[in-house]
Amino acid sequence: MANIPKEEYIFKTTSACAGCSSSLCLRHILKAAGPDSVLVVPACCTSVIQGIYPNTAFNIPVYNVAFAAAAAVASGMSTALRAAGRKTNVICYAGDGGTVDIGIQALSGAFERGTDFLYICYDNEAYSNTGMQRSGGTPLGAATTTTPGGKTEGKKDLDLIVEAHDPPYMATACSAYPLDLYKKVQKALSIEGPKFIHILAPCPPGWRYPADKTVEMGKLAVRTGMWILYEREHGQLTISGPSKNAMRKPLPIEEYIGKQGRFKNIDPRSIAILRQQVEHHMARIAREAEGIC
Amino acid sequence: MLTIATGNKAVADAVKDAVPAVVAAYPITPQTEIVEQIANYVASGQLASKYIPVESEHSAMAACIGASATGVRAFTATSSHGLVYMCEMLHWAVGARLPIVMANANRALGPGWNIWAEHTDSLSMRDTGWLQVYVGSVQEAYDATLMAFRIAEHADVLLPVMVNLDGFALTHITQSLETVDPGDFIPPMKLPHAIDTGRPAGYGTLTAPGDYYRFRWDIERSMRNAASVIEATQDEFGKRFGRTYGMTEEYRCADAEVVVVAMGTLGKEVEIAVDILRGQGVKAGSMRLRWFRPFPDLDLAGKEVVVIDRDYSFGFGGIVAHAIASKYDVPIFSVIAGLGGQEVTYDDIAGFVRDRRPGDEYWFGVDA
Amino acid sequence: MYEIRLHSRGGQGGVTAAKMLALAAIREGKFATACPFYGAERRGAPVVSYIRIDDAPIKVYSQIRQPDLVIVLDMSVMETVDVLQGIREDGRVLINSPHPVDMQGHPTYHVDLTGIALSLNLVIAGSPILNTPLMGALAKMGYVTFDSVKGAIEETFSDDRNVEAAQLAYEELER
Repeated sequence: MANIPKEEYIFKTTSACAGCSSSLCLRHILKAAGPDSVLVVPACCTSVIQGIYPNTAFNIPVYNVAFAAAAAVASGMSTALRAAGRKTNVICYAGDGGTVDIGIQALSGAFERGTDFLYICYDNEAYSNTGMQRSGGTPLGAATTTTPGGKTEGKKDLDLIVEAHDPPYMATACSAYPLDLYKKVQKALSIEGPKFIHILAPCPPGWRYPADKTVEMGKLAVRTGMWILYEREHGQLTISGPSKNAMRKPLPIEEYIGKQGRFKNIDPRSIAILRQQVEHHMARIAREAEGIC
Repeated sequence: MLTIATGNKAVADAVKDAVPAVVAAYPITPQTEIVEQIANYVASGQLASKYIPVESEHSAMAACIGASATGVRAFTATSSHGLVYMCEMLHWAVGARLPIVMANANRALGPGWNIWAEHTDSLSMRDTGWLQVYVGSVQEAYDATLMAFRIAEHADVLLPVMVNLDGFALTHITQSLETVDPGDFIPPMKLPHAIDTGRPAGYGTLTAPGDYYRFRWDIERSMRNAASVIEATQDEFGKRFGRTYGMTEEYRCADAEVVVVAMGTLGKEVEIAVDILRGQGVKAGSMRLRWFRPFPDLDLAGKEVVVIDRDYSFGFGGIVAHAIASKYDVPIFSVIAGLGGQEVTYDDIAGFVRDRRPGDEYWFGVDA
Repeated sequence: MYEIRLHSRGGQGGVTAAKMLALAAIREGKFATACPFYGAERRGAPVVSYIRIDDAPIKVYSQIRQPDLVIVLDMSVMETVDVLQGIREDGRVLINSPHPVDMQGHPTYHVDLTGIALSLNLVIAGSPILNTPLMGALAKMGYVTFDSVKGAIEETFSDDRNVEAAQLAYEELER
């Protein structure tokens, strides 16, 4: 941790909820990116966390944009900056709804065009800013305000969609492993072209667990294999340290979902499906890491 | 240089002469030739812009917003469904105070699919805060596009400008075109609130009512400033390049007893109808509305007015007719004509005037 | 003001012909508008283009209803289209044909544009180029001078055979 700069780009005055994992992530992302960076933020929790005009808790230019528009705004911004000979990092910081649902078209377009930017999706698995409605990122069985009986469909596989665009760099991360995230942001920003980082961002009010358990929840996601940390650089996949260890002998997924109120009424069949998906996903990632695709 | 061009090519040539840093666009009939021509100018090195081939119109405007926010000139072009698809971002560009210029090939909205001229697309965007100008010839399409950059970027305006030209009726017809060397007519763009990583700031952050209404008032104040900036810019253009424009184009209005108000190519065709009517002893005049936002001051006192709307606001009426009715206490005969490219000739227009029934609304081709 | 209506099939170069004629007129200091009528037509379907030439700026944008001249680039369109519709009483007709054609008594000119194009091997994608020889015929009929036709063709095409084709049509036009 010694290498992480002391400069802070987020002040201790955000209006984030207690136990917000996204704020923790952003703190490390901006430390990795440094001051010559612009954050492009569509409608999401981060729109609110910055604070209310004329104040801002962020010590970096933050360009707030419409829900579906982040990647396209970044496209224009990056193109204009590069044309002017500026190397400023253009970083989209968007929630799961703004990425897997309403923003997927702009995201796909920007990646297909080879835009030089970093797109970070912090995935708290619901429309949390508007009060925990179901999103394409909500997992099977999770209760939200629009799926009171639990979601009957699975989580959209955003990473497979992004992978189909063959970006030079993509990675997953989790708020519980800030050093891993820090290194991945640094590496992503050293590479030209469209980069992608998908962060699992546990959300105390949305997932219904105590605010002081945010780090624990993230660690359990990784240790159960519900979330796998990896990076794929120019098509070459490497499983990150914490997941490498976890995948040798993953904890039962009940350790993770059992601690969250949103899964309180999940039925055994859904748990079985989730378990099967986790096993399938771990096997697929392990095969790819070994070069067997 | 004197040459010939279509309305679309004239717009592309004006863009070439204004040299935006970024052009982001998505093709749609009948705007396509604008983006093809610009892409060709960029590919052949005749235009030093970056061309972003976005995946939708929403993203076209979003990319223009991203580029413009860094303090550089940005342009896009669209039409009809493309325009209404980017509606959200039209509002955003205004609130973000970005002087983006856009050409819109006026076209009807589906269903059924219809690719021909109508003004409902842009007029339904009239409350976004974009300045709107409607042109009536190939030359005017070029001149208005060139002036749009200077007007939008003026320190007293800093609002986006939409140049509207009739789909097919103007985008695809060929007329003579005299291009100019703009020289310093369009000064380098200076955006006081351009993103600067040396001066970190939040843009478009959550804004409480007490500040929000002041930002809205700032937009309206700039819109009011825009009228004099437009007139000064058009005067300067006339002095430098010899072609003069007003907020409206008036023809035989001074002694007219009845004035026909229309926009776009129909507004030009009205002048022929006026000559015919004058020959028949009807003291008619033509007032072609060029600028719709900001809405110009019109001298209609003591005259009867026939408004031809190539648009409609369902459950209300012709948009131009009602704009005039809300500001001027004059007898108005509201004609709805030319929707979806409906053919309207100067003889038809002369008929509207001869058979006018002030206070009534008349749907050409529907009503008796 | 001259009003000209040109009938052809999509892909035969009617739109370019209209633009070249407008260019030639503008080169002479006149005003001109060339206006293709666009429907949902595809390649091979009958299409119409309009050209207006005047000494004053042209303010008309509606379609031509009473043409002074009707041009028929492809006689097969006459099977489905009434090419004489609305033509002025003294209106003239110009037809791409090696033989004279009776057009209800209207002064009718003919020239074998297809033959001229083929004789010079002026063919693009299997179709003979009809619009450049057409320019020569129109010059002969007096709508524009041959000099401005030559200029308009040279501004539009780089191949010299196009001017040659116009020259041949100028010489071969018959009433």
